[in-house]
Amino acid sequence: MASETSQATLHSSVSDVAAGGAAHASHGPTGLLRWLVTTNHKEIGSLYLIFSLVMLFIGGSMALVIRAELFQPGMQYVQPEFFNQMTTMHGLIMVFGAIMPAFVGLANWMIPMQIGAPDMALPRLNNFSFWLLPVAFGILLSTLFMEGGGPNFGWTFYAPLSTTFAPPSTSFFIMSIHLAGISSILGAINIIATILNLRTPGMRLMDMSLFVWTWLITAFLLIAVMPVLAGVVTMMLMDINFGTSFFDAAGGGDPVLFQHLFWFFGHPEVYIMILPAFGIVSLIVPTFARKRLFGYASMVYATASIALLSFVVWAHHMFTVGLPLTAELFFMYSTMLIAVPTGVKVFNWIATLFRGSITFEVPMLFALGFIVMFTIGGLSGVMLAIVPADFQYHDTYFVVAHFHYVLVPGALFAIMAAVYFWLPKWTGHYASETLGKWHFWLSVIGVNLTFFPMHFSGLAGMPRRIPDYALQFADFNMISSIGGFLFGFSQLIFVWVVIKAVRGGRKAPAKAWEGAEGLEWTVPSPAPLHTFDTPPAYDPQTDSPSRH
Amino acid sequence: SSINTSSGFNMPPGVTEISREVYSLHMTILWICVAIAVVVFGVMFYSLIVYRKSKGAKPAHFHENTTVEIIWTAVPLVILVLMAVPATATLKKMYDTSDAELDVLVTGYQWRWRYEYLEEDVSFFSNLATPREQIYEAEEKGDFYLVEVDEPMVVPTGVKVRLLLTANDVIHSWWVPDLAVKKDAIPGFINETWFKVDEPGIYRGQCAELCGRDHAFMPIEVKAVSPDEYQLWLASRREAAEAEVAGADREWSLDELMERGAGTYNTYCAACHQPQGQGLPPMFPALAGVGMSVDPDGLRAHKEIVLYGKTGTAMPAFGSTLSAAELAAVITYERNAWGNDTGDLIQPSAIRAMLESQ
Amino acid sequence: MTSQYYVPPTSKWPIIAVVVLGSTAVGAGALMSYGSGLPFLLAGLVGIAFVMYGWFRDVVNESMGGLYDSQMDRSFRQGMGWFIFSEVMFFAAFFGALFYIRVFALPWLDGQGAKGITALLWPDFSASWPLMQTPDPSIGGPQAIINPWTLPLINTLLLVSSSVTLTIAHHALKAGERVKLRNWLIATLVLGLVFLVIQGIEYVEAWTQLGLTLQAGIYGSTFFLLTGFHGLHVTIGAIVLAVLLVRVLKGHFSADNHFAFEAGAWYWHFVDVVWIGLFLFVYVF
Ligand code: HEA
Ligand code: HEA
Ligand code: CUA
Ligand SMILES: [Cu+2]
Repeated sequence: MASETSQATLHSSVSDVAAGGAAHASHGPTGLLRWLVTTNHKEIGSLYLIFSLVMLFIGGSMALVIRAELFQPGMQYVQPEFFNQMTTMHGLIMVFGAIMPAFVGLANWMIPMQIGAPDMALPRLNNFSFWLLPVAFGILLSTLFMEGGGPNFGWTFYAPLSTTFAPPSTSFFIMSIHLAGISSILGAINIIATILNLRTPGMRLMDMSLFVWTWLITAFLLIAVMPVLAGVVTMMLMDINFGTSFFDAAGGGDPVLFQHLFWFFGHPEVYIMILPAFGIVSLIVPTFARKRLFGYASMVYATASIALLSFVVWAHHMFTVGLPLTAELFFMYSTMLIAVPTGVKVFNWIATLFRGSITFEVPMLFALGFIVMFTIGGLSGVMLAIVPADFQYHDTYFVVAHFHYVLVPGALFAIMAAVYFWLPKWTGHYASETLGKWHFWLSVIGVNLTFFPMHFSGLAGMPRRIPDYALQFADFNMISSIGGFLFGFSQLIFVWVVIKAVRGGRKAPAKAWEGAEGLEWTVPSPAPLHTFDTPPAYDPQTDSPSRH
Repeated sequence: SSINTSSGFNMPPGVTEISREVYSLHMTILWICVAIAVVVFGVMFYSLIVYRKSKGAKPAHFHENTTVEIIWTAVPLVILVLMAVPATATLKKMYDTSDAELDVLVTGYQWRWRYEYLEEDVSFFSNLATPREQIYEAEEKGDFYLVEVDEPMVVPTGVKVRLLLTANDVIHSWWVPDLAVKKDAIPGFINETWFKVDEPGIYRGQCAELCGRDHAFMPIEVKAVSPDEYQLWLASRREAAEAEVAGADREWSLDELMERGAGTYNTYCAACHQPQGQGLPPMFPALAGVGMSVDPDGLRAHKEIVLYGKTGTAMPAFGSTLSAAELAAVITYERNAWGNDTGDLIQPSAIRAMLESQ
Repeated sequence: MTSQYYVPPTSKWPIIAVVVLGSTAVGAGALMSYGSGLPFLLAGLVGIAFVMYGWFRDVVNESMGGLYDSQMDRSFRQGMGWFIFSEVMFFAAFFGALFYIRVFALPWLDGQGAKGITALLWPDFSASWPLMQTPDPSIGGPQAIINPWTLPLINTLLLVSSSVTLTIAHHALKAGERVKLRNWLIATLVLGLVFLVIQGIEYVEAWTQLGLTLQAGIYGSTFFLLTGFHGLHVTIGAIVLAVLLVRVLKGHFSADNHFAFEAGAWYWHFVDVVWIGLFLFVYVF
């Protein structure tokens, strides 16, 4: 079929196909342009990670605006409408801009290396997925400077506050959600195709590292729910601009319909932000306990169960909207059930520690911090699932405490752990142990100072999303604010550690950690731009984490 | 001074049978969770301390043990069932709105609540009473900073009160911790809930659903009084309402209207259009020096927008909720304050005529 | 083929695609929010067409150049499969909304079921589907709705037969019968185009004669949401079919290597299945 003419166009095509199939030699543009056009999974992985770090600081700075205003009662620094924009943007940026892209970055770097693949399955799509993000968030951030301000209706943007009563910039907000959504869906498709197709011969699904497994399931969740988010923002767009009545009872619609659709996406979304974290911790704990993970298969099944259950629990965010009794009961029971597979995970990690030979390098410290503080957040999640009690907790700082425990010392700590764990592989240098430990301990203190008191202010009755509050909440808020600044500024150490490791430091061997296992540790540190031109040898009998 | 029966760091036990049940449910789950945490972290920290490599620990080689795995699946399941049983029972009680003796329709507005006692022909708005000066640090904050209102909701003790909740614009949520009631007020739909207070007292709460810029400033005050006192209150409310209606029968002077109008403006309009009428464009237009409020031909449009609202925007219709005197006063005020000085004087009787012709 | 992986080289298309998509988003956002931005939107849309052409041309050329192995082929297949799954979920959201409105919201507004007390707010409202009279009469419903047994039925027959003709074309391709392939593919495309024309006629009629518009309450909202996005997908599918036809005419595809054709066919069948759902739940029931 390869005709003369098609060969000719091949060479003149815009993408510089190298002649003779020697396509993976590193060549082509240099400088900035190289990053714009790269199709290399490691470079794209780095782009994702850098992007998410920038977003963490932008979103974090907004959190610090929130904490500054809440330092004491009364309005001091910002107006309520700006405060609402900060809350909304903080939530959106952290969720879609910091946590999710960080995990995608890790997936890009590590999945091909862990399964013995040369790159992602669809490398050009990969580039596209990444570069959509800066555009999406550029648009989102630009709304802050538009007439009427940016989104101010919470990251959950309930109608009709986000439709009839929204600022004019809302259509921009919707566009940016669409772009970020396209990025996520395409990224997820890429990850699934990579995992299912590009495993080195001999590696069965049940031989994959748990990070790969959790990402496979996460990617499935993403493809299943991001389109629903796209659907619901589209309906919003139509209510705002084309006079439809989806979320307006006057025309036969229902504002609560918005919430059902949003949370059908939103709940799986929170597991999207935690499943890859589970995978990371499941690699780090065995490494530094020098002992095999206690139950590989049960970890896989637990992850799958959490993912499946996540589709039938969404209305636990809506217990106070006036659902019929049977619905409240159903969603309460289904939500509680998630504690079981999650418990299986926690118990597995602890059983792995039990009778291990444990050392406390920085990645391990973050992973252990994760286990403790994620569990605290999980347990408060179970409390939230109890409907009559949730009537008191809902929309208070108790909820804010819950989700920051699972997200900050949860998802974010897992990301930090992963960075410390794999930095030697990426840069060839170990991160500074001393600075890393400072970073860890300051973070632990800061995060608990910030978020633990929120349990109390919430229980005592402080609603969330308010710029000003009654006097009795003053003490807890002051502590939270001090903690927030401590935690935030501690992250500057992290940035410094990473920059230092990129520039130099103690050299790491291929297998950077004594107890580490997996294909990524068989390639040199730093990993060359192209690993595995040919599939590496793999013997399930000896190499599989599930071997018997 | 605390705004509720809370200890300041825990959920308040509250003042109703249901609230106490919810509180004990909360404490039960809390302690179960603490116990789980103690066991789980206990084993974890034991392992971390005992099996350190630096102490010469050698890794064991065990993994996968069906018995253990069944136990750690089954035990949590049992614990969850134990939590679900009382939760279900309490929830069923909370959902049982039957046999209520008093129905109150509660409507959330940006940013105030309106209470209509359905069988009693009594209705009124309840607004934040904390002065702006306290919020913006010009004055010392009072004890009930942000949790005080001009007109509390008054209920008789010992009576099952059914709330019918709805909203006029966006979703709000009616929450009083001491009553263990939090229910969303959704525009176009009605949610039901109920409470029965036995002890007289003032119970405070707040709107609990983000509803726009002044979400932090729409408190709730429920005043429980003896049934006799409640009857007196009803009577006084009715009297005040009649006086308010009668206000439209007489001629008002400009000063009178301006004074009344300033009060009404600051309570109902200032949150959006701002105290000095400067507005917050583009969402909330300015009234000072621009637009229909200074346009000599804009009087009719001005009256219409205040009375009937503007669909598709945040401007509500005040015609059905404020009195003719308040409406006339506020329109007069808007046309003469902040240097608008149109000299227009709108009589309550004119507004009443306009409303009656609708 | 496991000895050597194929890794595609760097490409400028993705970043160009980002720019044009970004321009489209900014243009659309600005147009809707502030009433300006049309140039960005138009430039973006033209750009998208340009990128699609260029990017796919490269892929086609690489494929024709024999650069792809079976692994690459599987990646494309799975990519397409999961992409269609994402589209299924997109429509699932809309169908979910339709069912929620019909099963829960409208009866509640009418005074039935768990939230029946709501009827206090809408004393004169009675629920029905299709909803001809909205709770707030000032919004108003359609005066009439489309009779399913006229144009929609014809459209159903058209789309179902187009799936059949496409399958025949596919078999012809596998059997190496190029003329038959071409003819049945043309038939499929024609059926799709006729569908679109009829849908257009139906829209004009709905809008101008039946009062069935986007503003006609929840019935109009769901009607246009579902049929509109379906119509958009038929349009995209038809463009894909047209591209396939051009490639068939150019002699592309072999009996055992024609992934693009299959992907187009999957997409077309998917669009067809969505229509069946629409026909049943938007028009008939
Ligand atoms: C990473 C993100 C993440 C994770 C993992 C979770 C995990 C859980 N969440 Fe959370 N949640 C959020 C993010 C997350 N959540 C966010 C962002 C919100 C707020 C959104 C908003 O409104 O803005 C929220 C809100 C939220 C609510 C709504 C509260 C309200 O608004 O009123 C509820 C209610 O049920 C809930 C429950 C749970 C439960 C039961 C879990 C479970 O998965 C937890 C399971 C884990 C454990 C239980 C611990 C380990 C288990 C054991 C040690 C076994 C033994 C335990 C028992 C037998 C109890 N969450
Ligand atoms: C997804 C992850 C995530 C993360 C990591 C965080 C991190 C933090 N969050 Fe966030 N938060 C959410 C997700 C997250 N949050 C969500 C979803 C909501 C709900 C939003 C809504 O209600 O709609 C929320 C809401 C929320 C609230 C409630 C707001 C309200 O109800 O009005 C508060 C209040 O304290 C808060 C605080 C913080 C703090 C102090 C941090 C800290 O961890 C941040 C640490 C700070 C940094 C890491 C930045 C450091 C910056 C500097 C050191 C300055 C230097 C600057 C430069 C060099 C540029 N968050
Ligand atoms: Cu009303 Cu918040
Ligand atoms: Cu959830």
